[in-house]
Amino acid sequence: MADRTIYLDNAAATRMDERVLEAMQPYFFDTYAVATSEFGYSLGIEARDALDEARATLSKALGASPEEFVFTSGSTESSNMAIKGVALALGEKKGKHIIVSRIEDFPVIHSAQALEKQGFRVTLLEVGGDGLVSPDKLREAITDETILVSVQHANQEIGTIQDIEGIGKVCREKGVVFHTDATHTYTRVPLDASKVPVNLVTVAAHTIHGPKGIGGLYIRKGTPITKWMDGGFQEFNLRAGLENIPGAVGFARAVEIVAPEETDKLQEIREHIIERALAEIPNSTLNGHRTQRLPQNANITFHFVEGESITLHLDMRGIAVSTGSACFSRSLEGSHVIYGIGGDHERAHGSIRFSLGRYNTMEDADAVVDALAEIVSELRSISPLGKEND
Amino acid sequence: MRSPYNETVMEHFRHPRNVGKIDNPDGKSTEGSPACGDMVSVYISVDEATKTISDVKFESYGCASNIATGSIITELAKGKTLDEAKKITWKQASDALGGLPPIKAHCSVLAVEGLRSAIQNYEEKHGLVKEKKPTTVEIVQQRLRKVMDPLTGLGLVRAKLVQDIKVKDGVVRIKVDLPSGHQFASAIKQEIHEKLDTLWDIKEVVVDYVE
Repeated sequence: MADRTIYLDNAAATRMDERVLEAMQPYFFDTYAVATSEFGYSLGIEARDALDEARATLSKALGASPEEFVFTSGSTESSNMAIKGVALALGEKKGKHIIVSRIEDFPVIHSAQALEKQGFRVTLLEVGGDGLVSPDKLREAITDETILVSVQHANQEIGTIQDIEGIGKVCREKGVVFHTDATHTYTRVPLDASKVPVNLVTVAAHTIHGPKGIGGLYIRKGTPITKWMDGGFQEFNLRAGLENIPGAVGFARAVEIVAPEETDKLQEIREHIIERALAEIPNSTLNGHRTQRLPQNANITFHFVEGESITLHLDMRGIAVSTGSACFSRSLEGSHVIYGIGGDHERAHGSIRFSLGRYNTMEDADAVVDALAEIVSELRSISPLGKEND
Repeated sequence: MRSPYNETVMEHFRHPRNVGKIDNPDGKSTEGSPACGDMVSVYISVDEATKTISDVKFESYGCASNIATGSIITELAKGKTLDEAKKITWKQASDALGGLPPIKAHCSVLAVEGLRSAIQNYEEKHGLVKEKKPTTVEIVQQRLRKVMDPLTGLGLVRAKLVQDIKVKDGVVRIKVDLPSGHQFASAIKQEIHEKLDTLWDIKEVVVDYVE
């Protein structure tokens, strides 16, 4: 058993940074009051100040103003709010057609499919073999009935970064609301809402060493969106519920800590994994775009072997990764992202995602490739596929 | 480490027995499930006089439960007569492994199928198979027993997920007691196809959901 876990599943959840906890702590034990109006009591006003400050930091990182940023319980809620909120606002008035890319994460795809049952029409937009959405194809898919387009900033599994500017321009030209899920790019890949024509942006803390259970939705001024979570008047009367102030403070601290040099380091580690794995392990294929991809993501299919077997062997060696294999998924279906880029069951079956975070090192990259070379070769020796004499 | 598999399963996964091919096998088969993607090949050598399995090997393109079941099934089959080996069930294999998670039944049942098909392959080659029977509701039911409900680990029929079966003019129509939006709806449908599409006199298999 390894001395420590080599954790390469940071796209799913990250280890929280101690500095984040430190920033959050006073809001559990000292300033624990509800955020009151400026006419409340001192403890509540202090809580309100902390919330405002966090909102300012988080909105600034998106090139937005504070009143355009609403806190949520995470990226799942943010994307639900964006898609269902716009559908509620425009469904009766303008039309019932929604376009989302085929490789969106589940909160987007399943929100759209839930609306489909309510009488909306959903187009799952095809992507290229590298995962890219073509702005021209999008333009063709938009009709007079289209009210919303949702295309992620970068993909959760294969890391492909979309041409968000090109897509945004098409939406603006057609007068369609544009939502993007930036869960995996926030602070790592620039997205400036003051320059890019985007209406709604999903972000979250859990991917950047912040706390779980806090996220946000950027809502450009004037975007038609109907309140969905009913209750009090919190969050500009757009999302009810007691504010998660420790979470908000922790989220803002997490954003402050991410530095460009760190992201550069992650990209170097990513490159090392990709280069070594493709060179040293035969019959391996990179999934996603070679260069236009998340700095912290690598995704490789090792042909003729199955992903759950690989992850289990890696786990025995103290290494954590994830796979797009059906055997690993809760629905027993292979990755819809791999199928979406034209891959078959076999491509999904042996696909492994490596997602990096703050605490990973070059040594981790070497350790995982060394381990994989052995494991893949061992599993191939018992596989009926890929033998020379077949 | 924490694993959903017990020590026996993990041991067979780490050190699978009887792995590989047999050159010029007396019987061989490859079973695969497009739903899970797993595949298993089984090779047998048969002692002609006693009709016993003198050697058996397997190869797996699959997850841990698939590999472990392949391994245990070779241990269970070796030395058995063909008739005895044919009767080895998934339950026996699973019990010999100390139990498998229900959600893994569909990947592990492949190895059991693989062994039976390898025996069938031997029997066909040696003229031991009776005439082809036309497909009936009973035959469909029998096949559906091997499609596992991932929630309970039981066959679809026992899990009471099959509402209706109709066989007419080469078309099998099955109604499953699941909404089309169910978590496993699509995986189960693919497995039904895999088990029934190969029936010799069936042109089309239609799966309907309750909605």
